[in-house]
Amino acid sequence: MASLKEVRLRIASVNSTQQITKAMKMVSAAKLRRAQDAIVQMRPFASKLREILENLSSSVDASESGGFAVVRPAEKILIVAITSNRGLAGAFNSNIIRYVNRAIAAEYKQQHQNGNVKVLCIGKKASDFFNKKPGVFLRHHNEIFNNLTFDNTAAIAQQIMNEYAAGNYDRVVLVYNRFKNAAVQYVTSEAFLPITPPVSTDKKKGAANDYIFEPGKAEIVQDLIPRSLKTQLYKALLDSNASEHGARMTAMSKATDNAGELLRDLRLQYNKARQAAITNEILEIVGGAEALKG
Amino acid sequence: MILEIISPEKKLFSGEAGSVTVPGSNGLFQVLNNHAPIISTLKKGTVKVETAEGEKSFEINGGVVEVLNNKVIVLAG
Repeated sequence: MASLKEVRLRIASVNSTQQITKAMKMVSAAKLRRAQDAIVQMRPFASKLREILENLSSSVDASESGGFAVVRPAEKILIVAITSNRGLAGAFNSNIIRYVNRAIAAEYKQQHQNGNVKVLCIGKKASDFFNKKPGVFLRHHNEIFNNLTFDNTAAIAQQIMNEYAAGNYDRVVLVYNRFKNAAVQYVTSEAFLPITPPVSTDKKKGAANDYIFEPGKAEIVQDLIPRSLKTQLYKALLDSNASEHGARMTAMSKATDNAGELLRDLRLQYNKARQAAITNEILEIVGGAEALKG
Repeated sequence: MILEIISPEKKLFSGEAGSVTVPGSNGLFQVLNNHAPIISTLKKGTVKVETAEGEKSFEINGGVVEVLNNKVIVLAG
């Protein structure tokens, strides 16, 4: 059995670990709430934008949308892998990395053999991993999480859109954790480019309102499609951000529980060792007294 | 009329307004009560809102405006 001192040291160490995990859990809970608020805030914008686009796209040819709807044969692939800058979030980051790896090995095997699959990493965890993997790393945008605003996201989306329009890529796919709740996140793969114009399910609604269009339907669609793409990337980043904090909160909550269990076991062990030491001491004293008597 | 100015990050304005002036792609225009339905893109500029409490203005970086049934929605961003 471990000595009294050893057990005492372990108790102290587990105790301080528990305090850290508990604090991290609390911090994540606060950040999660803020991240969720951000998602709620952007929802009306996204749904309105989509509604207007649906209204228009029924009457506008897809080819007029600035080249973003043109479907080319899928030869050059860009995967946008969204992870976090920090770890200790359970399987949050490894899920994304595993998914992207599998996609490269299976779905895009042909393109990968031709060296035409690139990974754009958002988040340090993905860029650390794919940087070491030869031939796939494109660039990273880890700094975005320091200041996650729409404008910063729009700049990244614009860059990707320019590259697509220039023909550098034929498909752009977003891979990120979709937020369900604090405990559940889904790894989601979403087509970013080429876009499929949203089709209104309710045909009558679009026709019933006799809108004036300024400057013109096609121009409006051309203006709105880049906006909707930026919104899509922003939404993915916000979702991933909320998922990160949710995953970390859950992971830290579990770690705190585990530390508590470990502490209980260690305390029992400590008390047993202490009792054994006392018993031993009494036995020695009694033995000594007996010897003196004799 | 009811006016909403929404950016992806937050709601900038929501409520009753007497008139709103927006920087349309074809030039500034003003939307008053019972304006005909219109969808227009906006360029970078200032959105001016007249409310009962006075005039408010918001800087936008382009966007789109929709007017329908006396409800004006400005998407800024």
